[in-house]
Formats: sequence, structure tokens, C-alpha cells
Amino acid sequence: MGDVFIPINFGLLLLGTIGGLILGATPGLSPTMAVALLIPFTFKLEPQQGLILLGAAYTSTVAGGAVSAILLKIPGAPANIATTLDGHTMATKGEGAKALQLSFISSAVGGVFGVLLLIFLTPVLAQWALAFGPSQLFWLAILGVTVIGTLDSSSVVKGLLSGCIGLWLATIGFDDIMGAQRFIFHPAVSGGINVIPALIGLFAIPQVITMFTKGRSSDDAEVISVKRHPVRLAFVEVFKRKTALAIGTITGSIIGLIPGVGGQIAGLVAYDQSKKFSKESEKFGTGHSEGVIAAESANNAMVGPSLVPLLTLSIPGSPTAAVLLGGLLIHGIFPGPDLFMNYPKVAWTFIDSMLIGQILMCVFGLYIAGLAASVARVPHAVMAAVVLGLAVFGSYSVQNSMGDVYVMATLGMGMYFLERFGFSAAPLVLGLILGPIAEANFIQGSMIANATVGAGTYFFTGWLNWLLILIVVASISYSVWMEIMARRYTTIEDAIAKEEKLS
Amino acid sequence: MNGLPRTQHIFSSGLIAVVGLSIAYLSFTQEPADAFIFPRLISSVFAVLSVWTFLKACAGRTKVGNGISCDAMKKMLPGLVVTVLYVFWMSKTFGFYTATAIAFFVLLSLYDPAPHSKLKSWWKRILITAGFMVVMYGLFAQLLNVFTPREIFF
Repeated sequence: MGDVFIPINFGLLLLGTIGGLILGATPGLSPTMAVALLIPFTFKLEPQQGLILLGAAYTSTVAGGAVSAILLKIPGAPANIATTLDGHTMATKGEGAKALQLSFISSAVGGVFGVLLLIFLTPVLAQWALAFGPSQLFWLAILGVTVIGTLDSSSVVKGLLSGCIGLWLATIGFDDIMGAQRFIFHPAVSGGINVIPALIGLFAIPQVITMFTKGRSSDDAEVISVKRHPVRLAFVEVFKRKTALAIGTITGSIIGLIPGVGGQIAGLVAYDQSKKFSKESEKFGTGHSEGVIAAESANNAMVGPSLVPLLTLSIPGSPTAAVLLGGLLIHGIFPGPDLFMNYPKVAWTFIDSMLIGQILMCVFGLYIAGLAASVARVPHAVMAAVVLGLAVFGSYSVQNSMGDVYVMATLGMGMYFLERFGFSAAPLVLGLILGPIAEANFIQGSMIANATVGAGTYFFTGWLNWLLILIVVASISYSVWMEIMARRYTTIEDAIAKEEKLS
Repeated sequence: MNGLPRTQHIFSSGLIAVVGLSIAYLSFTQEPADAFIFPRLISSVFAVLSVWTFLKACAGRTKVGNGISCDAMKKMLPGLVVTVLYVFWMSKTFGFYTATAIAFFVLLSLYDPAPHSKLKSWWKRILITAGFMVVMYGLFAQLLNVFTPREIFF
């Protein structure tokens, strides 16, 4: 732990943490992009100093993404999608400061737990992560889409249909194996649909249009009040909601281990599970603190475990881990089973700095929560124009492409109309994110199956396959049952009033 | 479905069903077939679910989604037109920063409740637009080195 507190190392840790929080809060700048942007700054640094900077940025951009998710309903990264569900509703009720405090505290709790797992259980967890082959990863991706699809408890069918639309959007572009063109209706989508512009469009543009619908009369101009919220009460609230915190932390840690999937769905799966186990499940989606706590503890808990496959097996567990791998290789460090023997100082300083970084992130996050909440005081006319400008710049900056801006705007405007008819953005985005993972593993699995035991046997045997299939079926069945029960005991007037409130 | 716009639901779910069926048709007719295995799987589910939703809407059994009222449509239309012009035409014609400044100022003027007759309101809008552009330029052009389309202006 000593090397972390050397002045230059600690200074870099502070810089990475604060910079990461700012970059994470900027719509369009994902943790992957933030880490990639910082890599050139590490060229002249010692390997361990460079890794401290990158590790701190990774940790704090994931947490920083909650700021725009809560205040603007634009998730800073895919990991923050679930945070928008309750966090933004809290902000519109004037509880933006409270939502941010809850998100940073639960992020720190989840993050510390995740890094502790990384420290103590790395060899064991690495073996567990290897148990996931193509068939299991395929079912896991399907599980991700169905879980979030059924989260839309108002209509399971529309939730699943949204997920299907996302999965289809993910197939647009050139096929990876045959190189064939698929559904390329416009040159802007010839390279496929990039997740970040899609994410910005699907979440930000419906918000902008909703602000337009409020018109310009002074009666309609809503200036959201922001209540002060003592940090002490936020700590009490987080630890009072033990179930949500535990579900978020454990779910995030487990899912974070699975290469390629974890970072994107950890928050959503934790949110769904927390809702199902909560005694106040009906409050989810209406600005319930448990929703924020579960989602944010999960997405930071996955950060540590997502590095396990990278540090022990050289397999990046997430896109950000892949960029970190680039950072390691630039400094001549090759991760693998002997990393801790060949470069013990670098490896342990990096891991320790991530642990300290989680605490620093919480401290700075709580400080900026009070300042950032003032964003909610901005009148909707200004907010609509600001969000639109940020969305356009953010989506353009991903690949310096106007095509991305067109995709962002088209998907966003389409999503507004879909939302008005009961569809939701979260399953659609998750379908878009998990589509390539599901397809790649489906094709890979089919090839293996054709050469060995056949597709039926390959995809439908083995305890892990069956466990995942059972969870998919159980998740859909539970949501259908809940929907039927809710309708049986709800009058039409109640349903309309609830819809009015939600929309 | 009292109070919910049934016609809007039929129209919207019908549109989605048409998209779903078209995608399924394309998936099963395009070549090479191997490249469309996964899209076939997805589009089949997509088509079934979208047709189901459409039939439910026709039967008047849709229970979620409030549709869009005429009043909301009237209010959003000017903003929507500015957004479309900004994204699909102005950015590539005038340059990113010029187009953003124009769109920002027009949107602010359209939706700011402050009276148009007072000079102070216009100064406020100009100052907010200028402040936003300074932040955007500082963040994207200076800090992140993002090269935006300059075109005929900036």
C-alpha cells in the first residue's frame, strides 16, 4: 500500500479520480473513451504511475456517469442505464442531491468490495470465469435482454419487443464472419450502429422533446427545486437499505467476472433482482432510493472483478479492460498468470490504488453532489437546448462521424414516439449492446456444435446452460404473473392515473 | 382502454408490425443465408411479438402508453423542426459551432418564457448562448481535440 502514498503517485491518483468524475459526467464520454484519452499522458510516466492514472480514471468514470444519468437522464456510460430509472425521477422531485449522494456512497461500497475480491480471490475467480463457453455466454446475453425486457412491468410483451428491436439494430452493418451486408439502408449505418451515439440518442432526445412539449408559457416553465440533503442521512439511508446494497454488490461482483458482458448489464440485473426481492417493489421507477443503490453498487462492484480475467489470463473482461491491456503492453508489461511474480510492485500498486481510488471517488463525488445538483435548477428551455447540444457534440466526438449524429437523432426521435406507446429505452439499448455478444457466441457455438455433438445437445446440456435457461424462463414467467395480478386487482381508473404519473 | 387513444395505438403498433414482418421477410430471403442465421432468429421473435401487440391494439386491449395529444404535438413541433434542421442540414452546411449557436439561440427563444418584447430577455438569451458555446469549444476543441466539420463558417 506504501507506494500509493508516494506524493507523485498520490497526485496522479487524485488527478485520475477528479478527471474521471468530470469525464464520466460528460455525456458521450464512456469509461473506455476516458481511459483511451488518458493513455497518451502515461507515455512519459513510470509503468505503475501510468496504471494508477488509468485505474483511477476507470473507477471514477463509471461512478461519474451517474451524475448525467441522474440530472439529465443521459447515462454517462452503458453501466449507468439502470441509474436513470429511479435516479432521474428523484432529481425531478427535487432530490437530485440525495440521489447523487446515494449513488456515490453505494458506488464506493460496491467498488471496495469488488477490489477486495480482486485482491483475495483472483486465482479462484479466474478459473470460475473460464467455465463460461460460447453456449453459456449466448444464454447469458439472452438473459440480459429478457431480464431488462421484463423490467418494464407495465407490459412484458412491449419490454421484450423493445429488446428484440435492440437485438435487430445490433445486426445492422457488415456480418463479421461472411462480410455480407445486412440491413444497410443508409451509408450512415454501413459500419453498424455505434452503442454510444445510440445510447445518447435513446435517452437524451426523448427528454429534449418532452421538454419541448411543455411549451413556453411561464406557467409551464418548471424550475425544479433542489432540497438540501445532509451526507450523514445519505449514509444512514444506504446502510438501511441493506438488501439492495447486498444484491447490487454481489450481483455486480459476479457478473463483472464474465468476459465481455459484465460492465454493461451489472447495474440492470442488480436493479431487476433488487426490485423482485424488495418489500417496496411497487415504488421502483418512481424515485425509490433502493433502485439507485442497487444499480450504482453493482456497476462499481464489477470494476475490480472485470480486471480478473485481464490480470490473470490476459483476457480483457470489458472494452475498458481491453484499453487497459493496451496501456500495460505500451509499458512492456504482459499480463498473465505470472504477472504477480514478474511485476509484483506494479501489479499490487495498481490494485491498491484502485482501492484508495474508490474512497477518494466517494469523497470528491459527495463534494460535487451539492454543486452538481444545481443543474436541476436550470429552466427547461435552457436545459433542452444544452442537452441537445451536448448530445450532438458527444455523439460526433465518438468517431468524428456525422453518421453517428444522424443515427443518434433518428433513434432518439423514434424512441420518443415509442415511449409514448409504452415501449422503453433500456431493453432496446441492452439488446443493442448484447446483440453482438449473443450473435458471436451463437455462431461460434453453432460451429462447435456442428463439428461435435449437434446444436441441440450443445446449447441445451450442462448445468450452467440449464441454470441460465431456467432464470430466463423464471424471469419472464414471474413478470407475466405479476402483470396479470396487478391488472386483476387494479381498476381502469387506477391504471390510467398510474400511466399519467409515469409519463 | 378508456382515455387512451386507441387509433394511435393501432397505427403505431401496426407500423411496428410492418417493420417486424419486413425484417423477417428480408432475413429469410437475403443471401448468403449463413450471414442471416442470427437475424432470422431475432426477426422471427420480433415479428411474432409485434403482430401480437398489433392484434391487442386492434382488440382495444392495450393498457400502457398515453399516445400524443394535439396540444403536445403543437408545442413540440417548432422544436422538432429546429432539431431536424440543425442535425441533418445546418451542421454540415454552416459548420458545427455556427449551427449549434443558431439552433441553441432559436430553441431558447422559442421555449424561454421570458417576454419577447423586453430587450433584457434577448440579452439574456445571447449571453447564455455565448456561454454555452465557450464551454463547448473549450471542452471539445481545446481539451479533447475533436475536429468538427467547419464548412462555410466555423
